[in-house]
Amino acid sequence: MRSAAHETYDLEHTISAIVNRYGGKAVGLIMALQDVQKHYRYLPVEALKLVAEKMVLPIAQVYAVATFYRAFSLTPKGKHHICVCTGTACHVRQATVIVDDITRNIGIAPGETTPDGEISYETVNCLGACALGPLVTVDDEYHGNMTVMKMAAVLDKLRGKHVSVKETVEETA
Amino acid sequence: MRQGNGGGDSVSPERLTSPEALNHLRERLLKQRDNSRTVINVCSGTGCLACGCSAVTAAFREALAESRLENVVELKTTGCHGFCERGPLVAVYPLGVFYQKVSPSDVKLIVDQTIKGGKLVNKLLYKDPQTKQVIPYEHEIPFYKKQMRLLLGLNMVMDPNSIEDYFILRGYQCMVRALFNMKPEEVVQEVLDSGLRGRGGAGFPTGKKWAACREAKAETKYIICNADEGDPGAFMDRSLLEGNPHSIIEGIVVGGYAVGAHQGFVYVRNEYPLAVKNLTYAIGTAREYGLLGRNILGSGFDFDIEVSRGGGAFVCGEETALIASIEGNIGTPRPRPPYPAEAGLFGLPTLINNVESWASVALIIEKGAKWFSSIGTASSKGTKVFALTGNINNTGLVEVPMGITLREIIYDIGGGCPRGKKFKAVQTGGPSGGTLIVESGEPEIHESLVAHGDIREEEEAISLLDLPVDFDELTKAGSMMGSGGMIVMDQDTCMVDMAKYFFNFLQEESCGKCLPCREGLQIILAVLKRIADGKGETKDLDTLEEVSQVMIDTSLCQLGGTAPNPVLSTLRYFRHEYLAHIQDKRCPAGVCKELVSHAIDETCTGCHVCFEPCPTDAITGKTKELHVIDQAKCIQCGACYQVCRFDSIKRVKRGGGDIVQLRAKEKWQPLKKRTAAVA
Repeated sequence: MRSAAHETYDLEHTISAIVNRYGGKAVGLIMALQDVQKHYRYLPVEALKLVAEKMVLPIAQVYAVATFYRAFSLTPKGKHHICVCTGTACHVRQATVIVDDITRNIGIAPGETTPDGEISYETVNCLGACALGPLVTVDDEYHGNMTVMKMAAVLDKLRGKHVSVKETVEETA
Repeated sequence: MRQGNGGGDSVSPERLTSPEALNHLRERLLKQRDNSRTVINVCSGTGCLACGCSAVTAAFREALAESRLENVVELKTTGCHGFCERGPLVAVYPLGVFYQKVSPSDVKLIVDQTIKGGKLVNKLLYKDPQTKQVIPYEHEIPFYKKQMRLLLGLNMVMDPNSIEDYFILRGYQCMVRALFNMKPEEVVQEVLDSGLRGRGGAGFPTGKKWAACREAKAETKYIICNADEGDPGAFMDRSLLEGNPHSIIEGIVVGGYAVGAHQGFVYVRNEYPLAVKNLTYAIGTAREYGLLGRNILGSGFDFDIEVSRGGGAFVCGEETALIASIEGNIGTPRPRPPYPAEAGLFGLPTLINNVESWASVALIIEKGAKWFSSIGTASSKGTKVFALTGNINNTGLVEVPMGITLREIIYDIGGGCPRGKKFKAVQTGGPSGGTLIVESGEPEIHESLVAHGDIREEEEAISLLDLPVDFDELTKAGSMMGSGGMIVMDQDTCMVDMAKYFFNFLQEESCGKCLPCREGLQIILAVLKRIADGKGETKDLDTLEEVSQVMIDTSLCQLGGTAPNPVLSTLRYFRHEYLAHIQDKRCPAGVCKELVSHAIDETCTGCHVCFEPCPTDAITGKTKELHVIDQAKCIQCGACYQVCRFDSIKRVKRGGGDIVQLRAKEKWQPLKKRTAAVA
């Protein structure tokens, strides 16, 4: 069991390294926050305070940035990340069917994380691979020309077990 | 750690201190390279990566090693070839053979037959979907034939992570020309003369921007490359950054020299990790060679570039919002003037252009303004890259000269709509653009235009398919060039749903700083939702038009100012669809969930495929017998519609699902007999 002092030291250390990577200047604020988010899978309040302190910025500015951009989350994200592209090209090719299907399948709406902290699920407005629509990324792996059938297989793989779609629906219902 | 470029061209980087040194290096590289050797180019753009091209590359590496060909044949991972629909793509040079949809298991066949035997692998060749003709060579494929790939061309033949490849292809020569043979004013004049207009969307003359920034008096000035390609459905900036980052670096350095700036920023979308990676790597190697940094090639000019990753906000594509974002603030725009050319980043003069514009600059300096302005129309010069997507056979990146017609793009290059569906509309310019109709022969569209006051009753509407594509023509037609997204829609697309989609997007992405945009978007979205749910009233259409006008007149930036375009243009050409939703409570395209129910018609073969995805077990029926959807259980999710291979699932008016009841009572008979009976 690690002590609280240890964790504070770790946080301090991590944030210092990240802030220094961008020269400690406000120009690197968004990128620094992205790195913090990558490390902790969200932006902890303590981290925001430390970033503000080290960059000599008002905490209000750091908080404003952390809440303005889509890339950031103030609540913890899941270990795995499902992202459905809902760009125009994907929308025209019926991405909404996939969005509804995943929502039904894993029981959470876009922007939420499963209660066990395993899967986060969100939609994005374009991933720039429009020829493959509808497009889904799972942990940064691309899955193109998505159909509900293919999605079921992808989700099964993610769960690491083979359950049929029907069973999952009953579980979540 | 330097990545290998797969070939024998790898040279240890040396700092080049003069243009002569660069030329020497190029000559040395050319000598090392044997032009008769076979090169296998595997497209490794994001589209093909998503199709699994890295496994194909790995398989090639293995197969070549197995055949002991690894030193004879060069294997190259290139940028995006543009023909994304057919990925993973493999091209074999010098033959120029084009293989599509290549899987790792096909690799051995290619090595054995094509590489060793010089024969073609028929099953991997492109087959024209219309003429059924097999086309073995890249330059003969209709998709490529009508294009003019000035910016994208190099993507196909070079490894973006090999600066040496770029040197061989005359890379950095335009920078040499600008730095050594031209005065900064001459560079600005060249860009002015070329007639280049900003490729980011608005089409502002690039040269004018440059001249303003050059004239601004300040010790420090900045250059920004706007690579925040937030438009859904556009990916040309991504493809250029991933496939040919050096051409953008070169353009930026030339821009810095022209206006007197020494620091540049490239603001890239966070959703484009490969673009960030390739660009960062390219900047690193350019620095190692002395093409960036202090005293570039001994010219006495200092310039460096930094990459700035965006936070995923659409509004940051607007230049003043983007500048705020680089400064580490929230991305909200500010009123202009002062324009960034006078007071931009940190309050200093800043020259900001889009990725495609920067790539065009390199081309203009190399080949001259005269050459560049000879391409295109009177008001729009050069080529434009379009991302042709949606319901179209040949999806991908298309680079065409300005002035080409939409018909040529959609039918000659794009190959029309897939599965014989009827073409309905094409949307250009992303959420700020409009939806354009195409064939105006439809009586309903004619009525819409008459109602809108665009034409008189007796007049015939001009088909917008024959519209020459340039900045001004598109604006006249109620759309805009935008960043170049071109989304084709077929009969299955509902225009009310599309307008709702764009407003949903814009409402999420509006920064909320100014009231007309913040409130206007919400009001319009609420009205559109009401109409799509079948609860609309005729007077709602007036509300849409009124609020739109207020937004156009009073919004702070172009996000709000152009936001009404999707609704105004659909109202102009597809008013009948809005009216169908309002008056008949019917969605003609069968998309709006609240108005549609799913039913199975007599073409059903009883294959059971629709059973599995149905989340509510609403479909019943025996094998090889007509299936039936239980309307009480059906939640209209559309999963069955998506999987049915025989187009047997129909989307009909809610409550009017007579197909289901009628056909279910009929005794089922095999498909052949039924069609015979009908005939």
